[in-house]
Amino acid sequence: MFGKLSLEAIPYHEPIIMVTAAVIGIVGAAVVGLITYYRKWGYLWSEWITSIDHKKLGIMYFLVALVMLIRGFADAIMMRSQQAIAAGGAEGYLPPEHYDQIFSAHGVIMIFFVAMPMVIGLMNLVVPLQIGARDVAFPFMNNLSFWLFAAGVILVNVSLVVGEFAKTGWLAYAPLSETAYSPGVGVDYWIWALQISGIGTTLTGINFFVTILKMRTKGMKLFRMPIFTWTALCTNVLIIASFPILTATIALLTLDRYLGMHFFTNDLGGNQMMYVNMIWAWGHPEVYILILPAFGVFSEVIATFSKKRLFGYNTMVWATVAITILSFMVWLHHFFTMGAGANVNAFFGIATMIIAIPTGVKIFNWLFTMYRGRVQFTSPVLWTLGFIITFTLGGMTGVMLAVPGANFVLHNSLFVIAHFHNVIIGGVVFGMMAGYAYWFPKAFGFKLDEKWGKRSFWCWLIGFYMAFMPLYVLSFYGAMRRMQSYENTSWQPLMIVAWVGAVIILLGILCTVIQLIVSIRDREKNADVTGDPWDARTLEWAVSSPPPYYNFAHLPEVNSIDHFWEMKKQEGFAAQAPTQYHDVHMPKNTAAGPIMGIISIVFGFALIWHIWWLAALSAAGMFVTFLMRIFNDDIDYHVPAAEVERIEREHHKRLEMQA
Amino acid sequence: MRKKKYPRIFNILPLLLPLLLSGCGSALMAPKGEIGSELKSLILTAFGLMLIVVIPVIVMTLLFAWRYRHSNLMAKYAPDWSHSNKIEVVVWLVPCVIIFFLAILTWKTSHSLDPHKPLADKEDTLEIQAVSLDWKWLFIYPEQGIATVNEVAFPVDTPVHFRVTSGSVMNSFMIPTLGSQIYAMAGMDNDVHLSANEKGIYPGRSTNFSGAGFAGMTFDAHVTSEQDFQAWVDKVRNANDDTLSFPDSYRQLAEPSEDVPVQYYSNVSPSLYKDIIDSFRYGDGGQGAHAGEHDEVAMSAEAAE
Repeated sequence: MFGKLSLEAIPYHEPIIMVTAAVIGIVGAAVVGLITYYRKWGYLWSEWITSIDHKKLGIMYFLVALVMLIRGFADAIMMRSQQAIAAGGAEGYLPPEHYDQIFSAHGVIMIFFVAMPMVIGLMNLVVPLQIGARDVAFPFMNNLSFWLFAAGVILVNVSLVVGEFAKTGWLAYAPLSETAYSPGVGVDYWIWALQISGIGTTLTGINFFVTILKMRTKGMKLFRMPIFTWTALCTNVLIIASFPILTATIALLTLDRYLGMHFFTNDLGGNQMMYVNMIWAWGHPEVYILILPAFGVFSEVIATFSKKRLFGYNTMVWATVAITILSFMVWLHHFFTMGAGANVNAFFGIATMIIAIPTGVKIFNWLFTMYRGRVQFTSPVLWTLGFIITFTLGGMTGVMLAVPGANFVLHNSLFVIAHFHNVIIGGVVFGMMAGYAYWFPKAFGFKLDEKWGKRSFWCWLIGFYMAFMPLYVLSFYGAMRRMQSYENTSWQPLMIVAWVGAVIILLGILCTVIQLIVSIRDREKNADVTGDPWDARTLEWAVSSPPPYYNFAHLPEVNSIDHFWEMKKQEGFAAQAPTQYHDVHMPKNTAAGPIMGIISIVFGFALIWHIWWLAALSAAGMFVTFLMRIFNDDIDYHVPAAEVERIEREHHKRLEMQA
Repeated sequence: MRKKKYPRIFNILPLLLPLLLSGCGSALMAPKGEIGSELKSLILTAFGLMLIVVIPVIVMTLLFAWRYRHSNLMAKYAPDWSHSNKIEVVVWLVPCVIIFFLAILTWKTSHSLDPHKPLADKEDTLEIQAVSLDWKWLFIYPEQGIATVNEVAFPVDTPVHFRVTSGSVMNSFMIPTLGSQIYAMAGMDNDVHLSANEKGIYPGRSTNFSGAGFAGMTFDAHVTSEQDFQAWVDKVRNANDDTLSFPDSYRQLAEPSEDVPVQYYSNVSPSLYKDIIDSFRYGDGGQGAHAGEHDEVAMSAEAAE
């Protein structure tokens, strides 16, 4: 009846897990209680859960990402604590079966459920506004993407208390992830959490690709698009081209595990090298999926706060396109030590280095944007400066890893760990934090507290260097990744330094939480009345903050890069209020997305525990919900011109009062 | 009294120096073998080449940000200046030139440091077969007819040909002080050539995560004189009467175990290494019933690539 599921699946004997579960339970109950007490369920359902508004979906993505950042960071500090004490025969406090789950969960959560939703969240919030559109091309699909992603998040968290998570590392290399070596449900949680959220990501990729190509406002030629939109376009091309590889790879592993097939097993013709190749054919483009939008954020931030045009717009675009194409030609550098011949290794090594050229050019372009500008040291700018320096160092260690010879001694060591945290924290996290501070007022109508934002930045920056520079050093002494304990006690002092670094990063995260609370408290004082708090350059700042749900009462017409900036220069900011308004055609909210998302959780859970009847039932449920959505014609409506006029008048009144 | 030129905080700087120099004396920066030495100079060359662009970037970042800070009204302000052919040529050219030299270096070293490349003639090379098991290393000496677990020995200044495979999941064979690592994969006959030019005991381990006992999957490499190596071989030969052969005693050894102490086998079946590889090749789920009946050569990882 319940497949492999029994009460024994709950790890009662693990105090760490049980306490965590209790805390999550109490916080969850408090949230549910508060929502019920204030009678907000109806509001949540109609305004957020069923919303197809790209801005609200963007906010929800980012919120989930921040919550999961705390979960992923808890894993990180547990690992650092373990390695700080488990030296010279000491076993530490985490046995291997627990430690191995933690580093696997940390990687999966940070990449799929923190970095990805931050990137996708920002794209949701910003891209339609930047191209002068009223929503994305497929609003329902956008909502569905979010709920499929949320289903993946929930499955990963369920694995904490029901059963176990994968003990295989974040990419679940076969044959370790095959039934013969991982008979438990951990890998199955990994499979279904990634499959379900991965389909959501693929749909997002298609959605934004079409949105950017087809929904641009009049005059918004490709080469007038803001750089953030350009990077979003390239990222979505990468998503469309690479996520199906991930889906297929995991599907083949699923066939191995569920139907006894032999794609990647040790015997019967299975080929583990095929698994490693395929997972990295997705995995390498994936890191560019994350970093390109961060590059976009820095481009917007540095131009805005230098009060100057971005240097070398065309170069920037072509560098982004070059990186997009090259990112598919370098996957083998993740396993030079597999034993391929010298020609193969040299090809992939050189291809990898070539990526450093357009990336280097981008860095110089940001520098020359500051040159002869008027740089304001706001927190987004601090994140950007921290990024340029940190990412340059990370790029350098990346090129070192790309030399196959050097890779033969650095591969699998802490050097690799230090390198990719160097570029992912220094690049993606800094970029997303810059974007968070930069676009927060657009989303909520008030600015974030600068003092706490800067504190957060300094904690992250110092914490990063303290946590990861020691790992570079340790790698030269032969310290490898994923070690639950180690014999050599001379490594311990630097491991403790790294732990202190992680604690400082923790302070940075706390500062971000405090910043949010303080900013909400002071929202009146920091209100953004004009919709353009930074004196910025692109279209999203031309509407009120937060923007009306239809974004633009009249779709703008664009005739240059930084059109909004040029407009402000020509006619001053007090743009004339239009005299005439029209009905606005908008999509309706829909319950189909959240319902399918919730059923997909049940579907995944049933497959993980081999509860076949429930899996069949939930699959049918999703299909029926989908059919009902397809045959529902009542999916759009018109906002009456009078309503648009009322909303716009209010905004203009505020503007006039400000003036 | 002399006035202090710098704040007191900088007094701690000399204390940080050891951290920066700590690379000296480490496994990779004080290698004990030919391959290791070449890898060290390769790493340092690549590092130095990239500093040509990295240091200016860091300096320019701090300089530009400070010089063009908002409050510095003395600095030139050109809000619409966004293009310069000269600058664009330089920013494309400099990385291109550096990558060009790095690419040449990469191409050359990928070939000269190819782990499959023999260091000497076959007659002058010692062959050792390394098999990763859950979670220990089995070393087979085909010429000497002995086998060991979690301990390997070879003479100094002698090229060693490690043939590497796995009886379980993927691992990676590495002795950091001596140089390159190579993956150990079931059914694959991989190899790496190493040599040591200084006697000593060097730690080795699996670098590729392989499950619960991974942390303890370590071994010591004893690099000795020729005589001491012979003595070591004799010691193993006379240690016991244990024979390691396929499948029975091998299966017993291959059972998962953690933090395994050193073991010696004074006899080993000559076809053991081949049998282990073949056991994954004929669809018997690794049970080995048919192994040895086939004469096909195991697929090498290189050919498979």
